[in-house]
Amino acid sequence: MSELRGWRALPLGTVPLKFSTEFKTGDWRTFRPVINQEKCVKCLLCWIYCPEMSVVWDGEKVSVNYDFCKGCGICARECPVKAISMVPER
Amino acid sequence: MAAERTQEIVMGLNGNEAVAWAVKQCNVDVVAAYPITPQTIIVEEFSEFVANGEVNTEFVPVESEHSALSACVGAAAVGARAFTATASQGLALMWEILYIAAGLRLPIVMAVVNRALSAPINIHCDHSDAMGARDSGWVQLYVEDSQEAYDTVIQAFRIAEHPDVLLPVMVNLDGFFLSHTLQDVRILPDEVVKKFVGTRDPIKIKVPYLGDKEVPLVLDGETPITLGPLALPDYYFEHKMPQVEAMEKAKEVIKEVNEEYARLSGRKYGNGLTVAYGLDDAEAAVVLLGSAAGTVRYVARELRREGYKVGVLRIRAFRPFPVEDVVEKLSNVKVVCVMDRAISYGARGGPLFMEVRSAFYDSPEKPIILNYIYGLGGRDLPPAVARKIFLELLDIAETGRVKQLINYVGVRE
Repeated sequence: MSELRGWRALPLGTVPLKFSTEFKTGDWRTFRPVINQEKCVKCLLCWIYCPEMSVVWDGEKVSVNYDFCKGCGICARECPVKAISMVPER
Repeated sequence: MAAERTQEIVMGLNGNEAVAWAVKQCNVDVVAAYPITPQTIIVEEFSEFVANGEVNTEFVPVESEHSALSACVGAAAVGARAFTATASQGLALMWEILYIAAGLRLPIVMAVVNRALSAPINIHCDHSDAMGARDSGWVQLYVEDSQEAYDTVIQAFRIAEHPDVLLPVMVNLDGFFLSHTLQDVRILPDEVVKKFVGTRDPIKIKVPYLGDKEVPLVLDGETPITLGPLALPDYYFEHKMPQVEAMEKAKEVIKEVNEEYARLSGRKYGNGLTVAYGLDDAEAAVVLLGSAAGTVRYVARELRREGYKVGVLRIRAFRPFPVEDVVEKLSNVKVVCVMDRAISYGARGGPLFMEVRSAFYDSPEKPIILNYIYGLGGRDLPPAVARKIFLELLDIAETGRVKQLINYVGVRE
């Protein structure tokens, strides 16, 4: 991360310094969803349910964007074939 | 300028109508307000202007004061000139949005028709509503009569939208004493006011994620900016500092606008921050806000005719608080009585008292400073009481003996 700016160097009116996508909120996570690709049936229920749009479907397989996934576990709970397990972050 | 002055018309208006007239002439884009006693007439009168097609303002009849100020925040954020008005419980309900309006640097103008807070419920004047919003980051101006209410609302837009300020401004007028009392009010021609306030011209800011491109500080749909998103311990504090600076700069702007308006209308309110009477040689002086200053000045004039050296300092700008001005004007007075129309429960005196006393802490020359809390819930401050206070102060000036620092005047034991 670049050096923190002083108050005179900030845009006025609480306008942020960066786009929201540059704030990697995935580091709030205590459990990470891990997808077992063998079990996955590509139903995309996890993709529908993810409140952070962190489940990625590239047309071939399902993956997780760990930059923004906060580990809520909704995907694991909703997966009908139990292909997602929540693994503690270390 | 003199020619413009003669074009003024005189109307019999109460304080609320005077406010509505000022808003009518200020080319306001959005008015969102919810009626509450004693502010109702402002909303009522202004909605008539809208219904009659006399203004182009978008009038939003919201369901609460929380929504009223929220709608103004939205309007001001897209670059509109926005106005609202409230009182007492209404201002209390706006509380969280007050801080947001100030933090986002939105130049909203709001008339607060000062009224006591419940419980018990009361519809009459005191300053506890506005004092509760003291630290919200709004500029607070207090007026003495209906003419000043009209003049100050017009000035408020200029102060709020000044690039050095960009803060919301609260114009306080005493409930019923001003809001419902008819007075001759001189109204400037529409064109003169229109020219004086101009149009709102948003400032430009440099946005780092747009390659430091300069864009207007508004949500205009042209350039993507976000107002007020999350700032954690690493940045929140920094976002608050410009508000501190703007408040300080507002002092000069309030003075300038007062001068410029005086050239236009012939009406001037002291230096804009404070209005002094008889302080050059006063031995005893009263410091206060709002309409009661008229009564106290009337009594002071009487006493001066009788040979007593007394004076009055009316604080017009409570936020930013004119520390330097107050110290300069009161340094040579022997006894000062600060009159508060609000209580700060558990504190050593009322809010105004604390400001004035603290202002003098570093001064080698300081008067004896007492606090008189008066007029809660609309209780009158009659001339006889003001006279008694002055005589008590003069007695202290002579003997140097203070019986009680904090006094509650006009309350039954």
